[in-house]
Amino acid sequence: MTELQLKVLQLLKENSKITAKEIASMLDQEVEAIEQLIQDMEADGTIVKYTAIVNWEKVASEQVIAMIDVKVAPKRGQGFDALAERIYRFPEVQSVYLMSGSYDLSVVVEGNNLKQLAEFVSARLSPLEDVVSTTTHFILKKYKENGVILNDKEKDQRLVVSP
Amino acid sequence: MNIQEKLSPQVKQIPPSGIRKFFDLVVATKGVISLGVGEPDFVTPWHVRESSIHSLEQGMTSYTSNSGLLELREEICRYMDETFALKYSPNNEIMVTVGASEAIDIALRTIASQGDEVLIVEPCYVSYGPCATLAGATPVSVPTYQKDDFKLMPEVLESKITPKSKAIIMCFPNNPTGGVMEEEDLKKIADIIKKHDLLVISDEVYAELTYGKKHASIANIEGMKDRTILISGLSKSFAMTGWRIGFAMAHPEIIAAMLKIHQYTILCAPIMGQIAALEALRNGKCEMDKMIEQYDQRRKLIVKGFQEIGLSCHIPKGAFYAFPNIEATGYEDHQFAEELLKETKVAVVPGSVFGQGGKGFIRCSYATSYSQITEALERIGEFVLPLIDKNKNEQAI
Repeated sequence: MTELQLKVLQLLKENSKITAKEIASMLDQEVEAIEQLIQDMEADGTIVKYTAIVNWEKVASEQVIAMIDVKVAPKRGQGFDALAERIYRFPEVQSVYLMSGSYDLSVVVEGNNLKQLAEFVSARLSPLEDVVSTTTHFILKKYKENGVILNDKEKDQRLVVSP
Repeated sequence: MNIQEKLSPQVKQIPPSGIRKFFDLVVATKGVISLGVGEPDFVTPWHVRESSIHSLEQGMTSYTSNSGLLELREEICRYMDETFALKYSPNNEIMVTVGASEAIDIALRTIASQGDEVLIVEPCYVSYGPCATLAGATPVSVPTYQKDDFKLMPEVLESKITPKSKAIIMCFPNNPTGGVMEEEDLKKIADIIKKHDLLVISDEVYAELTYGKKHASIANIEGMKDRTILISGLSKSFAMTGWRIGFAMAHPEIIAAMLKIHQYTILCAPIMGQIAALEALRNGKCEMDKMIEQYDQRRKLIVKGFQEIGLSCHIPKGAFYAFPNIEATGYEDHQFAEELLKETKVAVVPGSVFGQGGKGFIRCSYATSYSQITEALERIGEFVLPLIDKNKNEQAI
């Protein structure tokens, strides 16, 4: 990974709507070079997807999110990967992380309501062979996501013109 | 009673700030994109704010010594040595002030008096001339030019020196041009200053904000330390404008004299700001570097934008201002800024507010988000292109 690639990634992470022309100006590069570099990083999977960070509390939504701590019995030769794959294929699963500490997998699940999530845990996740136990934590409120403060009270307080 | 008769002649003599006048106009316009702001758009880093909150919780609300907390003076001296190889004693060669602005005022009042001339390198921050006048001295403009990358040229300086010249005040990296002076440039200036036995007030508040080459201070040129009052502060580099923490570094006798004015007027800088400054200097480098990188990216975006529009713009190598030349539009800078505001709701500051050398330019701060810069450039482009065409046609006729 070159320094230029890293800088482009940082700019895109900050705002995925930024154009190649703007990036080119900001990094003192040719537009075509930046376009090519972005295309290459999309093709090789470095850039996986462009999304928006949404403050769902602003939207009338009943969405429920839970973080589930899963203890598993790892299989010889497969480690945790096989079970992780079975779990991350479920469409309601948003993220799966292998963790150090008192449990093994952290699974983030989104559902339209509490019942849907309860059903996911009891009917799909817990019965999986090798799942030893689950502990479900519901997210009550999001304050910060992906480095962005969702209800940032800090506004630009500067005077419109100053010395 | 005639109030005007009661006002001091010095105060009556100085004009109100040109920025203030333009500010009133901008405030009256709704939904403005402002490139007129002379301060960082970042909020002071959280750990700095938190340290001040903690000190308040501990009941630290008292006066400090007139010259500032010893701990802070020590930290500033360490920082200036480490960053710019400037060596000063925390005991008697430094004082903490209420922003760099106070330091400029008391430096001028300390060294200048009736009959003296103070050479002011223009375009420059708006307070130098009026502060020299308030000190009783006569400000003398020393212009810098776009063709010289807004560097101070030795022959221009020499041409303005008279037997009455006492001191020169300059600011590099410069507000509003973004011009910088490199070590080689400063050596030539220092020779003239020594030859004519002048003092220097060097406002280096933008010293950290350079792109490419590291800042060079005139105080580091041989034989210049004793002649220089170096002024700086944390406002711009650490995004701490509202805390009002600046400092002056100079010969012990000059600092002692400046301290007299400071102790009878200001007494000391607020302790909560001093505590915050201590934390910024100790642990704020990483945040500062991130801000500088962003300024650099925006700088390139805005300069390229102006060049594409057809406004010639020298490449600023410091601070966070672009200073495009708007003469191609056929407008003078005040008229340009006012029309631009009216037509496109983009606020820029007319260059002549910063002195005669700024005539025909506008100051555009890029301490704002890149999306605002992009939007502002689009609007400026739509406004400027027909003007440039019209002006060209008129000149052809």
